[in-house]
Amino acid sequence: MRLLPKSDEERRRMLQALGLESVEELFAQIPQELRLKEPLRLGPGLSEFEVLEFMRSVGRRNMVGQPCFLGAGAYFHYRPAVVDALVSRGEFLTAYTPYQAEISQGLLTAIFEFQTMICQLTGMDAANASMYDGSTAMAEAALMARRITGREHVVVAASVHPEYRQVLRTYAHNQAIRVREAPYDPETGRLDTARAATLLDGNTAALIVQSPNFFGVVETLEEAAEAAHAAGALLVHVFSEAAALALLKPCAQADIVAGELQSFALPPSYGGPYAGVIATRERFVRQLPGRLAGQTTDTRGQRAFCLTLATREQHIRREKATSNICTNQALVALMATIFMALYGKQGLRELAEQNLAKAHYLADRLERRFSGPFFNEFVARANGRSPEAINRELAVSGIIGGLPLGRFYPELADSMLLCATEMSRREDMDRLVEIFRVGGRA
Amino acid sequence: MRRKVRSHIVQDEPLLFELSTPGKRGCQLPRLDVPAVDPAAALGEGSVREGIEGFPEVSEVEVVRHFTRLSTWNYAIDLGMYPLGSCTMKYNPRANEEAARTEGLLWAHPYQPEEQVQGCLEIMARLEQALAEITGMDAVCLQPAAGAHGELTGILLIRALLESKGNPRRKILIPDSAHGTNPATAAIAGYEVENIRSNARGMIDLEAFPSLVNEDVAALMITNPNTLGVFEVNIARIAEILHSKGALLYMDGANMNALVGWTRPGEAGVDVLHLNLHKTFSTPHGGGGPGSGPVAVKKELEPFLPVPRLKQVDGQWRWDYDRPQSIGRVRAFYGNFGVLVRALAYIMACGAEGLRAATVDAVLNANYVRKALEPYYELPHKEPSMHECVFSDRRQARHGVRTMDIAKRLIDYGFHPYTVAFPLIVPGAMMIEPTESESLRELELFVEAMIAIAREAEENPELVRAAPHSTRTSRVDEAAAARKPVLRWRPES
Repeated sequence: MRLLPKSDEERRRMLQALGLESVEELFAQIPQELRLKEPLRLGPGLSEFEVLEFMRSVGRRNMVGQPCFLGAGAYFHYRPAVVDALVSRGEFLTAYTPYQAEISQGLLTAIFEFQTMICQLTGMDAANASMYDGSTAMAEAALMARRITGREHVVVAASVHPEYRQVLRTYAHNQAIRVREAPYDPETGRLDTARAATLLDGNTAALIVQSPNFFGVVETLEEAAEAAHAAGALLVHVFSEAAALALLKPCAQADIVAGELQSFALPPSYGGPYAGVIATRERFVRQLPGRLAGQTTDTRGQRAFCLTLATREQHIRREKATSNICTNQALVALMATIFMALYGKQGLRELAEQNLAKAHYLADRLERRFSGPFFNEFVARANGRSPEAINRELAVSGIIGGLPLGRFYPELADSMLLCATEMSRREDMDRLVEIFRVGGRA
Repeated sequence: MRRKVRSHIVQDEPLLFELSTPGKRGCQLPRLDVPAVDPAAALGEGSVREGIEGFPEVSEVEVVRHFTRLSTWNYAIDLGMYPLGSCTMKYNPRANEEAARTEGLLWAHPYQPEEQVQGCLEIMARLEQALAEITGMDAVCLQPAAGAHGELTGILLIRALLESKGNPRRKILIPDSAHGTNPATAAIAGYEVENIRSNARGMIDLEAFPSLVNEDVAALMITNPNTLGVFEVNIARIAEILHSKGALLYMDGANMNALVGWTRPGEAGVDVLHLNLHKTFSTPHGGGGPGSGPVAVKKELEPFLPVPRLKQVDGQWRWDYDRPQSIGRVRAFYGNFGVLVRALAYIMACGAEGLRAATVDAVLNANYVRKALEPYYELPHKEPSMHECVFSDRRQARHGVRTMDIAKRLIDYGFHPYTVAFPLIVPGAMMIEPTESESLRELELFVEAMIAIAREAEENPELVRAAPHSTRTSRVDEAAAARKPVLRWRPES
């Protein structure tokens, strides 16, 4: 087999050194009745050519490569060639978790830079080295808020990504955390802060608000923070479109920021791998879940980095750990790090402004459902037709439409969520608008 | 002795922030083909930020050199062996990287209608089937993002099943040899943890075990082979004891590399099992992820699996959300899809025969290393080894040299350290798992290095204690890092 680097002669020599006659003897410990009696039904091994041919053939069964106006937690942003070239280096791709600091300084330095840039973007003091994705980052942020406040329940805005809320419920269910949802204002698409305030009580650990929210609308986070703090709860700011952070002022009163970095050079890849992150204030650092890189020195007094505050983590604290997380999304976080470095202060701003301009160009030509300010996504009414039908017409014209909202919000069954990024071309948006308004050729 | 390493020039490199010069960038956006929008007008004056303070400003070539230079400070599988017990650091075939970057897969959006992503669904369905076949289980869920996430999913499934029978129960039993994620998972799933002691052979004590299982016990979390690399020969009997009291058997699949193609956990009575695709199925570790932690279950637990589930309708794959007994979602979308593509590519390349042959080499390598090192290092448990073996530093400790010192000295010989001080039941543990990816030459070099260090520990213990000597960075002060955490760069004031 191609992947096994030994000759049969070498295997014989090794068996001989062990005083064994056959490879079966290596498995003598496994009771006879548990041994596999017949080969696994997986077929014969294939050559590299055959495997890649198979992948290309299934890839062709997907509708990919056409203009796409889907967002909703996974965004089409351009991926500079440098990103894949660098993360494909074996020293990054095939390295283990950097527990052995002396031979992991490359990764540790990159993580330290990642943590720093996340802090700069979010206005926080500390960020962890990554979480699985935005949805689990949000759930872990809720558990973190509970540890900090000693309170039991959370209030989450209904304008938070519906699947993030589902994950929160799964995590909360078995810890006896009650999750209450605060409605959105049907006019603006923003959290109804006054209604949210009535749900906050002396046992609420956090108010969780996404901005820009699932509808693309920018929330009034300062107001939400005031409401949360008035009840003694924390404000958790969630984001799924990281590009917006380059344009929007960080919430000065947020206590925890939890989000998704897919926008920073991570391919949509049918939903993963992406990278989540949690950032927080200095005073809450010891309640952070997941890995953290910190600065220190080596025995020669040189600057060095290592994983730190491990006493929060499962391999040290076992059942008393802040989380059970072990493996995170290091390589994907590295993609985001390289992306942030490439775009930099000016490029990221320009990227955000282009997204803003494209989405506004598109929205100006359609009927918006909500009046609240928006970044690169917005909810459009389907002109009395079903959003699904419009999507089918768009597909016939080689356009991947938006997300019909009825499955998540029955009251919005007449609407779809549309997203435009720097990759959306004006002529494609014009085509979409035409089909949206008058119907396609179908 | 043969040398695996010698010294060479290593480039120094400041942090990105220290490299920055105002006005530089490493990207160019396309020309804007729509009218620009004033952010303050669109979002409100008070909502728009100033520039991101301190954010890097560097050119493309500087970014390339920066990360390339950083990369040379890392050890990696592509440079040599990682004898990390229970971490299964095997070779990551490059074809799998290309497979995951197939254009039609890379740019599929998770919310495209099912008829537009039949290719993605086909890959997931095939991988589910292959993993069910390999483990002998009935159904597989690919949603969990990593091993610990799979554990959490698995324990929530057990809880949901027991709840449906009227009582979720209170406790999870966990052997003292288990990975730290096991007790952390049980706790996050709302269970109490009861640690159970291994017997002198490093296994679950079959005589004491029945008395531990009662109506309060929801499940036992077992790792097989356990973290000593020993097959739990009584696993089928353990399952029977649990089942007779209405409890379930959870298996941590971290060590599946010892079993694939030779025995199937499902046939030993395991009810729930998670796999680590980034261990057993060759997807790259990437410096700590992304991984993937599929969960495999028996029929009885299938109704509780996370939503959505794949189902076939009129020859087309669909997502089924109508699963009233489901525990819900454990993450957004469907899993670390790109990792799933890599794992399927690996399984297809190996085939049934190749997977079985890989297991042979993994076990052969571990036993070869064990036999070669036994004269020099203490082997506390003499049970036959599967894919890994565990020594202790007892003999070297007499000279003041501990497992961590030996591990760090291995770096000077061109190897990544073995797993240090784990499992906890072996004082001064040195846990070695070569995997099947090592050639005989690399194994021999490793053995020679370990023997040389054993000699150094007697003759010049200080040399070992102060290691590594040849790295760009010498032993780092981890205690100082934790005492006064510096978790981000700030400009010098």
